[in-house]
Amino acid sequence: MQTSEAPRPAPAPVRRAAARSSRRPARSTLVVGALVTLGAVATAFPFAWMILSAVKPRSESLAYPPHVLPRHVTFEYLGQLFSELDFGRYLVNTLAVVLISMVGLVLMAMAGYGFAKFEFRGKEVVFFLVLATMMIPVQVTMIPTFLILNGIGLTNTLVGIALPTLVSAFGVFLFRQFMTTIPTEVLEAARIDGAGELRVFAQIVLPMSRPILAVQVVLTFITGWNSFLWPLVVASDQNLYTLSVGIALLNQQVATNPSLQMAAAALMVVPVLVVFVVFQRHIVQGFTLSGLK
Amino acid sequence: MRARATPYLLVGPASLLLVLFGVLPIVVALVVSMTDMDAAGLGDLSRVSFIGAANYQALFADPSFWQALRNTAFYVLLGVPSVVIVSLVAALALNHTDNRFFRALRSFYFLPAITGIVAIALVWGYLYNSQFGLFNYLLSLVGLPPVPWLSSPAVVKYSVAAVAIWRGTGLNIIIFLAALQGVPREYLEAAALDGASRLRTTWSIVLPLLRFAIFFVTVTTVIAWLQFFDEAFVLTKGGPLGASTSVSLFLFQEGFSGARFGYASAGSVVLFVIIAAVTVVQLRTRRTDADL
Repeated sequence: MQTSEAPRPAPAPVRRAAARSSRRPARSTLVVGALVTLGAVATAFPFAWMILSAVKPRSESLAYPPHVLPRHVTFEYLGQLFSELDFGRYLVNTLAVVLISMVGLVLMAMAGYGFAKFEFRGKEVVFFLVLATMMIPVQVTMIPTFLILNGIGLTNTLVGIALPTLVSAFGVFLFRQFMTTIPTEVLEAARIDGAGELRVFAQIVLPMSRPILAVQVVLTFITGWNSFLWPLVVASDQNLYTLSVGIALLNQQVATNPSLQMAAAALMVVPVLVVFVVFQRHIVQGFTLSGLK
Repeated sequence: MRARATPYLLVGPASLLLVLFGVLPIVVALVVSMTDMDAAGLGDLSRVSFIGAANYQALFADPSFWQALRNTAFYVLLGVPSVVIVSLVAALALNHTDNRFFRALRSFYFLPAITGIVAIALVWGYLYNSQFGLFNYLLSLVGLPPVPWLSSPAVVKYSVAAVAIWRGTGLNIIIFLAALQGVPREYLEAAALDGASRLRTTWSIVLPLLRFAIFFVTVTTVIAWLQFFDEAFVLTKGGPLGASTSVSLFLFQEGFSGARFGYASAGSVVLFVIIAAVTVVQLRTRRTDADL
């Protein structure tokens, strides 16, 4: 599970032979390349449309036939989200949910370490229970989970919003898999030198797990930022709304001002796009791992 | 010092949360589904009474539940093959040549998977808009009449599913691309030396080697579509006339909008049984398949 961005293995001899016979790419490559480009443009198009419409004046975004490019660029609506609507607060709440989710990350790392490096009574049973929760669909548990949160008095709190998804079995599993590869001798040596368990975890195990931590931090940010179901269900007080809930409300005033709606959508999507561009390798790696569970 | 409590302290918090929000809800759903719990019962448990299987009887007599079940079946039958085939074809095409251009293009396909559904739904709602939406304009350019994307009960399911298909492929493309890395180059070279065409090699060598990945993607995609919720909730609220309501959305509306927790819990249990049964059947087929 080490970072696997090492240079690709040497190109296959077959391709080298083909390259020798002609410098031009094969015709099939051109055809497939064109199709793949077309698909990529079509897939990314809604994002381009969103950003273009977010900077159009309302009159242009409502115009029929639609203008593809704005004739007049304005950031009025992005400002309006903060000045007239409460998006500043939603943004702060969203960031708070993301931060709380990061606590979950530490809990998952701890559990992964416990399962990887300790023998204790009941380990198999607990680990099986943890894995079993991967099989249980979220939508099925939505109502009982709300009842449980209500029972412990966490409805309408930011902690309540983050709690149901704070820890994922899959995250625990990934940490465990990775931490199994840390040599036990290193940990023992530190203990002999007098390091306490907390110190071993914080100063040896965590730094050595940096690759998997990076993957998890990025994925936790994305899921926390995008989280929709729990903010919607748990937050009844408008002061606790996250970006996604604020945008869903905006959706109910459809057809009035697409520019404003697109500005709100862009506010939510663009940070994730930036994170994606910067950390693409980690994200793809994380998703690849999640595909191998 | 190595206290005996250390492993329990490490494993405890995460395991507790998982049991609390992963395992316990199933038990709670079972219990609550046999009561008449509603908004009043939420605050005062003494106002909740045991009513046996009445919720289940009412559920199976409820035409909107059946409509939601039919819609969910429709989503699964349309969505799963589309997602699996589109992501498989896209991954094979992206894997056709390994150069910078093809690698850079991959990112575009991943984008929908990482962006929040609410924002996405807003953008699609705008594209689908019947007065000033881009799609109807594009249709008019080629001389086609406007389509009531979200307002016609006959069309809405396709429109909503299209968004979910668009959003669902990215993750699976990544999984297929990873699996394609595991196809030994020697096999492809041997096939090329024997004069097999690219298409033939893909069909007879690559696809069989991807069997496990295809199976995995199919199982997870079926589970995801049985729970279909986000797109319909944000784009249409299940409308018009319940035409796009899935079972999950039905549960949400009964449970949270209608505060009929007991009734909705009965629905949760039914959905859980359906998902578990479908998954077990799929795993069975896989096993017999592997025995051959």
